[in-house]
Amino acid sequence: MATTRDIRRRIKSVKSTAQITKAMQLVAASKMKKAQEQALSGRHYAELMNKVLVNLQEQADDDSHPLLENRGEGKELVILVSTDKGLCGGLNTNLLKAVFKDHPDASFVTVGSKGRQAVARMKKDLLADFHVTDPVDFTQVKTVSKFVREKFLEGAFTKVTVAFTNYVNTLTQTPCVETLLPVSPLTLGKAKDYESVGIESDADAGEVPDTGYEFEPNASAVFDSIVPQYVDYQIYQMVLESRASEHSSRMVAMKSATDNAESLIKDLSLEYNKLRQAAITNELLEITTASLALE
Amino acid sequence: MPIQLEIVTPERKIFSDEVDGVVIPGIEGEMGVLPQHAPLVTTLAPGELRYTKGNKEEELAIGQGFVEITATKVSVLTDMAMSDDEIDETAVQEALDRAEKSLNEKLGDEDYAATQAAIYKMMAQLNLKRKRKV
Repeated sequence: MATTRDIRRRIKSVKSTAQITKAMQLVAASKMKKAQEQALSGRHYAELMNKVLVNLQEQADDDSHPLLENRGEGKELVILVSTDKGLCGGLNTNLLKAVFKDHPDASFVTVGSKGRQAVARMKKDLLADFHVTDPVDFTQVKTVSKFVREKFLEGAFTKVTVAFTNYVNTLTQTPCVETLLPVSPLTLGKAKDYESVGIESDADAGEVPDTGYEFEPNASAVFDSIVPQYVDYQIYQMVLESRASEHSSRMVAMKSATDNAESLIKDLSLEYNKLRQAAITNELLEITTASLALE
Repeated sequence: MPIQLEIVTPERKIFSDEVDGVVIPGIEGEMGVLPQHAPLVTTLAPGELRYTKGNKEEELAIGQGFVEITATKVSVLTDMAMSDDEIDETAVQEALDRAEKSLNEKLGDEDYAATQAAIYKMMAQLNLKRKRKV
């Protein structure tokens, strides 16, 4: 049976753990707010851009830009956006599960060390690993995008997908694997939750004109400037979504850890007090019996 | 019949409303857009975007990006969009001087292009601001 001293020691250790998780929770909460704002405000741009590009691609000839080319079946490149640090609930586990299930033979480009470690552990083909600071720096994302574009243009891959975590709200984040190249419709956030995050799902905006688009000065010049930008901003937005998810998930995980620790402390204190009182009663009993025996 | 104008930057949705007409700084020069315009896509040059709604005309300084025009909708995607009162003239002028100075120093190709783009954007802001004063 545990002595009072053992329990005291355990209470102390649980208390210091609770202190750490509480601190992490507060840090995550403040980062979360910023990251969520960033993700939500960037979403409009990314969505509109995606819509325009999808429209354009339907109209354009296949050879109008090499990045728009539909090359059919072939090798796939996956950009895996994970976190750098752990202690964020099941975020990375869920993401990795989703990726490795559907894309077992793909080559990987990773953002975030957790993804890199997993890819190495599974002995998959790792092409490059990029580090993106927190808060997200656009120029760093640009280097990722540039690398991916070059790989695609070299012709080694027919499809580029991004595995990231869509931020829905503080409690819900869904792992997502979306096709980046060739251009296809994307879901950012989650369609059914648009109302709750203040984005109306505008059905009227998807109209495609019957006649083809005109381009000024000409199609290839327009595509040359739009498509690389498109890739940059989509990856950027996806990294933002992942960051918002990471901090939300960590905040929630740390909050539940702190709550657990607090209830554990409560239970342990109760047991400690019981034991202490039992010891006192015992002592009193001994004194009374001794004095009785002397009479 | 009005036309729907939407201006979005990576940071936020700047403007979304129905307007009577828009003038857009395209790469080939200014371009007036009225409702029932032919579908068109073009890249933007940093400059002024003007739109009219009723009798009022508003101006915005916008940066690089592109615009998609359909019969009922104009979607402007740009990396900057600022109205007159959001522009701090002295701050922009200082930043512009700094940027121009750094252009003379040794820069990589990408840095050079980025600085050049920033300068164009700042010029667009200043032009808008100064035009108003005269």
